[in-house]
Amino acid sequence: MATDPFPIMNSTSNRLLKNLHRVMSAWGSVVVQGISTLGDISLFAFQMFAWMFRARPKRETLMPNFYAVGVLSLPVVALTGTFIGMVLAIQSYHQFKNIGLETRLGAVINMSLVRELGPVLAATMLAGRVGSAMAAVLGTMRVTEQIDALVSMGANPIHYLVVPRFLACVLLIPALTVMADFMGIVGGYFYSVIILGIDHAQYLRNSRDFVGGFDLFTGVFKSIFFGATIAIVSCYRGFHCQPGAEGVGRAATAAFVQSFVMILALDIVLNIFLDAVYFAIWPTGAKLF
Amino acid sequence: MDESILNQLASDSPPATRPILETRGMSLQFGRQVVLKDISVKISKGETVAIIGESGCGKTMFLKALVGLLNPTAGSVIFDGQDIQQLNDRDMTNLRKRFGFVFQNAALFDSMTISQNIAFPLRQHGVPKGKQAQNLISDRLSEVGLPSNVLSKRPSQLSGGMRKRVGLARALILEPDLLLYDEPTTGLDPIMSDVINELMMRTRKRYPVTSIFVTHDMHSARKVADRVIMLYPYSRLENGESQILFDGPPEQLDNTRDKRVKQFVNGEAGERLMEMLASRSKRHPDTLNLVDPNHNDGTDEE
Repeated sequence: MATDPFPIMNSTSNRLLKNLHRVMSAWGSVVVQGISTLGDISLFAFQMFAWMFRARPKRETLMPNFYAVGVLSLPVVALTGTFIGMVLAIQSYHQFKNIGLETRLGAVINMSLVRELGPVLAATMLAGRVGSAMAAVLGTMRVTEQIDALVSMGANPIHYLVVPRFLACVLLIPALTVMADFMGIVGGYFYSVIILGIDHAQYLRNSRDFVGGFDLFTGVFKSIFFGATIAIVSCYRGFHCQPGAEGVGRAATAAFVQSFVMILALDIVLNIFLDAVYFAIWPTGAKLF
Repeated sequence: MDESILNQLASDSPPATRPILETRGMSLQFGRQVVLKDISVKISKGETVAIIGESGCGKTMFLKALVGLLNPTAGSVIFDGQDIQQLNDRDMTNLRKRFGFVFQNAALFDSMTISQNIAFPLRQHGVPKGKQAQNLISDRLSEVGLPSNVLSKRPSQLSGGMRKRVGLARALILEPDLLLYDEPTTGLDPIMSDVINELMMRTRKRYPVTSIFVTHDMHSARKVADRVIMLYPYSRLENGESQILFDGPPEQLDNTRDKRVKQFVNGEAGERLMEMLASRSKRHPDTLNLVDPNHNDGTDEE
């Protein structure tokens, strides 16, 4: 029988405190669970890095993953990139026109795309398309004992399954980010110049003057971390999948949700870091207007 | 007797057969749930052992712990004189060449063809390659009675029985010393079950292999095994009892005095039905019977 934590209180305050106790303990267990999962994921990532340097992955495991992550993700990343570029043009045009700065639209669209939307969009598409598929495949392999079969035949599942997926995500997400950036720029240009009739030369000049190499670097640099997060979180979720179809479904969902949350959290940290680096190199900074 | 004569006699007598596999006080626990407690078993080279027992008694866990797929929480597993928990990664990988494991649902890799599945252990251990490997794959496939046209198919294109036979071919490809089967006949029709039984017996004749198989199928255990070990769920044991209720040749199963072994062997629910009724009435005090209250099956008079 559970002991009463607050035996001397009167009934109303006792009830209130009991409820508070219940809420606090529920939140406490969520926090403990979260920290424990983070610790588990860190250990999993450590094992993965150890295996990455210990033995070279085989070509037969690398190529299918490179194909799935790079080639098959390209169309959807390009398409969404184009739409985002066009949407940015639609959303910004009227505000900028009101203050007579519609020719600067190119700078705003391209800067937003290259620094922020391109990498985050590519990472989101990768987490949705590839991350949840990774979790589902590895989860199914866990449930159907294929991972045990790998171990029983002398293969290390982290080396055989996780390292190639990690390398595919980390090495190919920069290319996908550049593709999202490029198609977004094309989409923004198309809508601004062809549909809205902004002057072609001014649009391009503004784009060129305000968007620099460091901006492109910022996006690509961040995307590497996003790719690593997607691969580690998704593979971890697959490896720790609960039995049954529901378990696999939950692993796939958790892989996407947790990857996405971690991508956004990382985005803040990396932006603060990259801003510090930028202002350390160029103390006066760049001015848009 | 003179000591030198004793030594002479000792050297002339045949060496005592060392078990190829031994568990010493092996326990396995997940959180607070004890699955296996203090299991000590010795298995000699060439033996075919059936592990029987009801669902949830830890048979599959036992099998997986034997080859290092699960780490015992206490005790040790000794294979050919080596404590497998003490081995480093490289030695354990080398030792795995000597194990073959046939999983319950074959556990074939979906992303590979049957040929690639069977060749996986060869590729993993780097022996042999090319034409020689192809011949070996074809030989193993014909040994398990499958035509060569399945080689290019995917596991999803095969029936359950065929997948199990491919699993056996994959486990046999490196000619292991120890072959483990997890419920090899479960989910198969009676004819295919007997095909698998025959294949297990033929494998034993063809190779000097030690086999351990987990099964619920008493026909299979009696037909294939030299020795039967029955495990009982730890949670149902009375204090101080061993989890191994029976360990002996299959012929002795009918002579055992243990009621629990008899019940399992004969497939009788026994007091389990009463336990189910009792647990149901505890959860739903208003409903006392599993059966329709209006239906009198004559048990009231007893």
